[in-house]
Amino acid sequence: MKQVLPKADPERASGNVFAAARGRLPGAGLVPQIRASAFEVYERTGLPHRGMEDWKYTDLRALIGEVLPLAPRPDAEALVRAKVSAEQVSADQAVKLVLVDGIFVPELSDLGRLENELVVRSLREVLENSAPGDMAGLVLSTTTDSIISLNAALATDGLVITVADGNAVKRPIQIVHVATGASVSTFTRSYLQLGKGAHAAIVESFVSAERASGYQANDAIIALVGNEASLSYIRVAAAASDAVNISSAIIAVGARAKLDLFSMTCSGSISRYQGFISLAGEGTKVSANGVNLIRGELHADTTMVVDHAVPHCTSREKFRAVIDDRGRSVFQGRIVVRPAARKTDATLTTRALLLSDQAEADSKPELEILADDVTCGHGATSGALDNSLVFYLRARGLPEKDAKSLLIKAFLGESIEEITSENLRDFVTAQAEHWLQAGR
Amino acid sequence: MALLEVKDLKVRVEEREILHGLTLTVNEGEVHAIMGPNGSGKSTLSHVIAGKPGYEVTDGQILFRGEDLLEMEPNERAAKGVFLAFQYPVEIPGVATMNFLRTALNAQRKARGEDEYSTPDFLKKVREVSKSLNIPQDMLKRGVNVGFSGGEKKRNEVLQMALFEPSLCILDEMDSGLDIDALRIAADGVNALRSPKRAMVVITHYQRLLNYIVPDVVHVMSKGRVVKSGGKELALELEACGYGQFEDAA
Repeated sequence: MKQVLPKADPERASGNVFAAARGRLPGAGLVPQIRASAFEVYERTGLPHRGMEDWKYTDLRALIGEVLPLAPRPDAEALVRAKVSAEQVSADQAVKLVLVDGIFVPELSDLGRLENELVVRSLREVLENSAPGDMAGLVLSTTTDSIISLNAALATDGLVITVADGNAVKRPIQIVHVATGASVSTFTRSYLQLGKGAHAAIVESFVSAERASGYQANDAIIALVGNEASLSYIRVAAAASDAVNISSAIIAVGARAKLDLFSMTCSGSISRYQGFISLAGEGTKVSANGVNLIRGELHADTTMVVDHAVPHCTSREKFRAVIDDRGRSVFQGRIVVRPAARKTDATLTTRALLLSDQAEADSKPELEILADDVTCGHGATSGALDNSLVFYLRARGLPEKDAKSLLIKAFLGESIEEITSENLRDFVTAQAEHWLQAGR
Repeated sequence: MALLEVKDLKVRVEEREILHGLTLTVNEGEVHAIMGPNGSGKSTLSHVIAGKPGYEVTDGQILFRGEDLLEMEPNERAAKGVFLAFQYPVEIPGVATMNFLRTALNAQRKARGEDEYSTPDFLKKVREVSKSLNIPQDMLKRGVNVGFSGGEKKRNEVLQMALFEPSLCILDEMDSGLDIDALRIAADGVNALRSPKRAMVVITHYQRLLNYIVPDVVHVMSKGRVVKSGGKELALELEACGYGQFEDAA
């Protein structure tokens, strides 16, 4: 099955998206070849569909049907709108790097505030100057996941960030993706490499500018966390309510390292966040958490695969979903413990709070344990707010909405409190409160 | 004007009538005890006064300083000065006690058009009251009632009573689940709050609590009505003779 998309509108079929975009895709040397073969991988299956186990709750073929044409380069007017949106999501003290419609925009970024401890280049620059044998292949690497392959084929820009051995970056680096267009798609890809003993915090925000609508954003981040290094990675997706956001993170963590990951999805018609974390060195600790905040008829899917390949590693995952109206939240969490991974300690909990009768939560925790002498556990629950708690708070003077908000915040706090940096925790809490306020 | 007037109150839960025309008048400064066997409707009365959902008032009135309490939301009743000390205070994980106390107090003050408490004033007040109730400071940092013993939960209720300064306190089976020492601490806390401006309704199954919180008036409830009212000696009579005589009367 080579071509799976309907051919009714040939301009919009994905094969033509690639053909039409080709001339605009940056890349010298082997890059065009890498892109072409990535696109071939995509074409084998096309958009993921419910027949594929990992996508059974988020059937992109049914939900989005087609890949929209690549967004044009943002013009001056679009940049004005983008600037407003980018400023609204600024994290405290963070150094902002802004991508608008898939293109890095230095004028909107804080390049002057970058610390000497890291090197930042745009993906476009890296690919344009690519020579055989350099990092382009790594940056554009793919998996069997067709959506990641599609991203490699069509990525227009992104950031390539390297932190050398032993360097600690003090201020968080915030990558802000702003969409300004209508009925277009964007493909961004970033690459992050932390050397041995390096420290950094990355925040990735997805927002829409005024008048942006019906767009599709496909982002991927590939991160290599060196031995004894420590990475905090926070992602907050607040796409337009009729837009699609698909984000993939592929993270390999070295020995005695620390990864602290948090993802929050609080808008977007269709969202999929998929993380593939591989613990590749002994004695490493991973904390991967997140929340889906869903109302209206939105659909948010968070899928995490935590792969323990070596012994003596710990992983902790806490996911929470708050779902109102006819929203649907999906959480899939797979923990793989490979035969060599003795003394693995891995747990995963997922809880959903349903605020209406039509809200839906789908939870699929999976443990794939191939080693002996491991501690693994998972738990999944879903339910409504406890009325006895709501009444207690009301009897103490809180109006019903405030009582419910306080309980929802406490519920989300179970996951948000896992963020170790107080600044970033406050940033995420503020965004969650904003979401709660918006529903009142 | 009476502080609380319950007039011929009839209440249903689902299809069953629990209160069959209950009348009760409480004036400022008075402490009333309501005693009665299990199932006589004591807790239902306390819940209906506080505004708990799930009860249908089919007839009668509840007036608080002459205002119709049944028309108010539970939070409005709290702001007006009605406080229910729960028989089983709930645990609220993730909401720190201190944060809860401040949020609740300020919500009540806001509803009354008063300024919010300043942080130093609030902290000072909480420290004072919690010390007198033997509540350690680290307990206030924990989630509301999370991991608290039965005695600690009841003391936390008394702490809130002292902070919110309500004019009507309804204590629903405050003695349930408490040993003598815990009961004494909680009762001392309640007694310290007795004032000519404040009334209390103490709901209890046993006379024991009334040795510590001595009432002005004792009511006996049976089958959804007040069947006898008298002075504090009525409680002793009940202890000696049991509720049997009143069940027949009802």
